[in-house]
Amino acid sequence: MNVVVCVKQIPDPAAPQSLEPGTHTLDRSGKLILDDSDAYGVEMALQLAEQAGGGEVTLVSMAPNGETSGLRTALAMGAAKAILVSDDALKGADALTTAKVLAAAIKRAEPDLVVAATESSDGYTGTTPVQVAELLGLPSVTFAKSVAIDGSSVKVERQTESGYDDVTSPLPAVVTVTAGVVEPRYPSFKGIMAAKSKPVETLTAADLGIATGATGQEITSVDEAEARAAGEIVVDEGDGAQRIVTFLEGLKLV
Amino acid sequence: MAIDKIWVVAEATDQGPTTTTLELLTAARDLAGTVEAVAWGAGTAANAAVLGEYGATAVHDVGDIGDALPGAPVASAIAAAIAAGNGPSAILIPTSYDGRDIAGRLSARCDLPVLTNITGLVGGDELTTQHPVFGGSQIVSARFTGQGPGIYVIRAKSFAAESAGGAAAAVSPLAVGDLGSTNTATIVTRHVEERTGPKLDEAEVVVSGGRGLGEAANYSLIEELAKLLNGAAGASRAIVDAGWVPYSHQVGQTGKTVKPTVYLACGISGATQHMVGMKGSKNIVAINKDQDAPIFGVADLGIVGDVHKVLPALIEALKSR
Repeated sequence: MNVVVCVKQIPDPAAPQSLEPGTHTLDRSGKLILDDSDAYGVEMALQLAEQAGGGEVTLVSMAPNGETSGLRTALAMGAAKAILVSDDALKGADALTTAKVLAAAIKRAEPDLVVAATESSDGYTGTTPVQVAELLGLPSVTFAKSVAIDGSSVKVERQTESGYDDVTSPLPAVVTVTAGVVEPRYPSFKGIMAAKSKPVETLTAADLGIATGATGQEITSVDEAEARAAGEIVVDEGDGAQRIVTFLEGLKLV
Repeated sequence: MAIDKIWVVAEATDQGPTTTTLELLTAARDLAGTVEAVAWGAGTAANAAVLGEYGATAVHDVGDIGDALPGAPVASAIAAAIAAGNGPSAILIPTSYDGRDIAGRLSARCDLPVLTNITGLVGGDELTTQHPVFGGSQIVSARFTGQGPGIYVIRAKSFAAESAGGAAAAVSPLAVGDLGSTNTATIVTRHVEERTGPKLDEAEVVVSGGRGLGEAANYSLIEELAKLLNGAAGASRAIVDAGWVPYSHQVGQTGKTVKPTVYLACGISGATQHMVGMKGSKNIVAINKDQDAPIFGVADLGIVGDVHKVLPALIEALKSR
């Protein structure tokens, strides 16, 4: 059971974020970390490989400046190896270009299953994993809140507007997981030490035969959103509930 | 390329076309001379009247896809029409589970880029899109620069749904393309989680709880307050991830977009991912013990206090009225 996990290394969401002047794309020049959303996919993949009694988990990532710190975090959790595509020509790449890069890298690992988060925490396009599936000619099941392998198929509980569906798909397949699908493990000290020597293959777009260049879309402007008028913020002195009641009365809701 | 014809990917439930579908049809009417829908499922013929009422003059029917997921068959059908030169100049798709699947597969299949998380569209010779970033504090405007129809994925409640009083749309079949192995996932069982009271994305009052509630059992305070206000109970992603409440309660980027008359955020700090889903509420009341919580930046009334004290007192006050 070989599983590929698509992981994204993103600017720390806890740090101030900014757009680059000129391109208006997210400034990714600083230190990048493993997207929290991807820790669930890594954990899911590790558990599925363990349950299958063999096989390995390979990480696939695209990031600027040969960034590996997020990959090391996932390797420390237990992934066996990583493929990193890093290329200045991919700066500002759109979701489809990213999907082409990831799909080409995934092909090299010949996985039985591809796992990704439903969306990244920085770009949140939420289309890349399905674009990867289409490019690889594979079925996909998105928004999984539970994943199990049953012989040569994968069984997924997929979130829906009204609840969830039990979905089954033959392998290989692409599955996107929601946060909360499993509880990610913390890397152990042993895992962190071992991760330092695990193989990370670094490739360029050209290595994968991916053409770079215009993405067919551009950002034309960035504007401040209309700010909400400042509200009344008060410290509760035992009158907080009554203030809310008065506010609701003003809206004729009580 | 001028925008002559727009296709709206029309999702439907057993109750008919979704509200977001009707919102997109309404928006499309202002942007193009011809608006048509792409639909699938057993109810398409029955839905043609409503789709027509909201502005679609034709419905391209992918047919009953049975237990398949819509992504692959619907995308392949649209792609085949584009390849045959019968496509539109723009395709509007709801930001939903199936909508994103359709958009992703269509994009890869046609080698066309996709713009997502759109909350505004400005018409003209070409469409300009608006996207909230950094929790909605800034708006990015974008456009497609290449050839071929643009694929626009649009968030719920970005536009009001208004009837155009149109006649029922004419339904004609839209053939599914070659699917290879892409359409082999099947739905075995559908589970519907029962909810009582108004729907989260339609309620006039939404009461949401977050991590500040402390533990899952305290969510009953949120449900009780919502019931007293004839509203719906919502949740932050943090407590949905923690398994306190089902996903169907989630408000935010990956959950529901709500725009009620009043939104009560209880023990919610106001992470970017949450703000995107509720910032459009007409009034926002926040209760949080951290006076620096970002939620107070958008609150009309903010109570810096302990939800464990304020919520029971509020429930008591409302009950005694």
